[in-house]
Amino acid sequence: MFFYYLRLARISIVKHWGLSLLMIVAIGLGIGASMTTVTVNYLMSANPIPHKSSQLYNVQLDSWDINEPYNDDGTPPEQLTYRDGTNLLNANKAFRHSLQAQANGVIEPEGKDSLPFMVSARANTADFFTMFDLPFIYGGGWDSAADLNKQQVVVINSETNQRVFGGENSVGRDLKINGNYFKVVGVIDYWDPKPRFYDISTGAFNDAEEIFVPFAMIAEEKIGRSGNTNCWKTPEGEGFEGFLNSECVWLQFWVELPNQQDKEDYLSFLNAYVEEQKAFGRFERPLNNKLLNVMQWLEQQQVVEDDAIMMMAMSLMFLIVCLLNTVGLLLAKSLGKAPEIGLRQALGASRRTLFAQYIIESACIGIAGGILGLCFAWLGLQGIGALYGDMLKGLTSLDTNMVASAIALAIVSSILAGLYPTWRACNVQPSQQLKSQ
Amino acid sequence: MLELGLIFRALLRNKVGALLIGLQIALTLTIMTNAIFMMQERNAQMDRPSGLDEANLFFVNNTIFATDYNQQVALEEDLTLLRNTEGVVDAIQINAIPMSGGGWSMGLQTESGVGKDSVGVAVYMVDDHAINTLGLELIAGENFSINDIQWRESSQTTWPAKTIITQAMAESLFADDWHSAVGKTAYISQEQPMQIIGIVKTLQAPWNGWDGVERSMLVPFKMETMGSRYMIKTEPGRRDELMPIIEKALADSNKGRIIRRVTTMDDIRERSYRGHNAVNKILSTVIVVLTLITGFGIVGLAMFSINRRTKQIGTRRALGASKGQIMSYFMIENIMISSFGIVLGIAGAIGLNIWLVNTLSMSPINIEIIVFGVIVLYFVGQLAVLYPARKAANIPPATATRTA
Repeated sequence: MFFYYLRLARISIVKHWGLSLLMIVAIGLGIGASMTTVTVNYLMSANPIPHKSSQLYNVQLDSWDINEPYNDDGTPPEQLTYRDGTNLLNANKAFRHSLQAQANGVIEPEGKDSLPFMVSARANTADFFTMFDLPFIYGGGWDSAADLNKQQVVVINSETNQRVFGGENSVGRDLKINGNYFKVVGVIDYWDPKPRFYDISTGAFNDAEEIFVPFAMIAEEKIGRSGNTNCWKTPEGEGFEGFLNSECVWLQFWVELPNQQDKEDYLSFLNAYVEEQKAFGRFERPLNNKLLNVMQWLEQQQVVEDDAIMMMAMSLMFLIVCLLNTVGLLLAKSLGKAPEIGLRQALGASRRTLFAQYIIESACIGIAGGILGLCFAWLGLQGIGALYGDMLKGLTSLDTNMVASAIALAIVSSILAGLYPTWRACNVQPSQQLKSQ
Repeated sequence: MLELGLIFRALLRNKVGALLIGLQIALTLTIMTNAIFMMQERNAQMDRPSGLDEANLFFVNNTIFATDYNQQVALEEDLTLLRNTEGVVDAIQINAIPMSGGGWSMGLQTESGVGKDSVGVAVYMVDDHAINTLGLELIAGENFSINDIQWRESSQTTWPAKTIITQAMAESLFADDWHSAVGKTAYISQEQPMQIIGIVKTLQAPWNGWDGVERSMLVPFKMETMGSRYMIKTEPGRRDELMPIIEKALADSNKGRIIRRVTTMDDIRERSYRGHNAVNKILSTVIVVLTLITGFGIVGLAMFSINRRTKQIGTRRALGASKGQIMSYFMIENIMISSFGIVLGIAGAIGLNIWLVNTLSMSPINIEIIVFGVIVLYFVGQLAVLYPARKAANIPPATATRTA
């Protein structure tokens, strides 16, 4: 029977091709627009490190001005001061921890013809690589002894390795950065978490860095720091030393805590630390430390942009308009079919079979609309990609989840749209219809 | 007028169809008005002048990596080279680029001391050539003299004795009379005095989303820093030709640094407002497509209802109704449906706007846009029903005599 209904559906769709086309296009546009915006939102709110996002915690301490909160909503600064960062690092209370800052450097490759070039860098401590699961092609990260001894070592990404060393195993070779020689200890494969959760201070969707050096290189002034710096108080001391000891926040500190107990222990450690610092006249604000895991952190920092949320709301309303349109057209179509339905009922068709037949017809329209919608969504994402350029890089691709949900959404919504018209159609009085013929 | 009641009662016999179209019109109005409103807000932001002579300006990043680099000498050499290049009007070293999104801000206050109210301001560290290079309009006071310019070491926390501020900054500091700001003293870092020697009309801060975007100050500093920027103004129309020439001249003159990101102010503006532009394009597409869908929906339903009523229409014609009367029947019916949708839609538009104001901190919608949306939707409705109505009017009276 199913195939017979499919055939009937085809006949009916072809017979009223104008209306059917209108419905398919309307559903397609609605699905296309929603899928485009939902995809952008979905990718913006994606979990960048799913297998351990609940064990990685960002540390926030409220070291800000007593007269004025850092954020109006009361959340503490998203970064730490150098003093607090190094104190927490030295306390060594977490399973793993990584203190880090954004930096940049100029690489001077060997050879007369090669020009120096600028790279984005991250100055981080040893655990960074294991905590965030960086994929190594050659070698590996440095150990904490290298941090302590301020060794000039570097981990580079495969692109830099290609550019400077022609892609070969460069572990053990020297790389001249900002006029100093650093020994390459590891080369990583492509690694680009979106959002770049471990440092969103300059934009949540920036690319991962090209080279990684020990955090101590910043204090040694072997690498220039970049990124966001926020101060509520002018540094008291002179020069770089004064800056390091200031109340300016510019560091990210992450800890890995395997279970809930560890988390609670670490939070009480943080609170005890702040109480202790209060004795030095710091941390004058009420206790407001935050230990958030990756997804909580991204939520607190609202990495999904307002524009994206607004457009998703708009496009979902757009989908509703398209569905209302479809309901109206299906209704019109089913009313036009009253005589046919009356005839079929008189010949013995039960309401249930009639219902099945017309629902199958709606579903067919839904599937066609869904497929068209996917094409529109693909076009829409291409369009958004072109409009935003590199600002939304990596956030405009359809994945299988999205394709499946688009089709499902199309079928479900077209069946929903078909329910009322079908019900109306099945309630036709056969006698009346037959009389008027 | 008798007809109106008749049409209305006939409409009630097919409530659901009319209801659906009405709802569709309501949602269309809701989305359309809010989308237009958001586009207008973005356009207004993009139309604000930066204060710069954008068309003739570009900048380069100068990143120093050599360890034996005499910064003061090199800066003077670079500036001499730039200012003497044929076709260059003027050039400066600058710490931040307007509209670029990255820069410095400080607080200025009219009374010295901790805990006093201060006004946030963007800091541009420049020399006495800044007004000429950037193309600023000095509306009060005077420019820096060459003796005002000091060297600034990196991480230095003291400030020079003089400053030039924008009119908006002067208004924020001295609300009663911004003219009076010239010659007055403002305090930076809570207690370091700076004398305001001049006021420029407009110079935007680097952050175009900041509510204090019009508040900037010029500080007479030449910076010793490993990374700075040179802003270069060319003679009209010669910017693109000079960009590669200057890049090469700078790169060749000193090998201890990299010259990179040679960028025009036009590019910075495009990049800065790319998100706004993109949203505007997407929203206008949404509005157009949505209106089309609603319009075609109206056409489809009207065609169907006319097909169903062929015989009735024929009968009316046979009983003496004119073509015009048949047409106006459907047009009036459409106005009734549209009115229902529009009343709902106005409520929806205001409701959606309230949600947007609350969750995404936008500003409240203005009434003109809603009036505009209402007119557009009435017009679209009438236009959509025109073809079906004409078809109905052309149904021959003889139809009444035929069966089915």
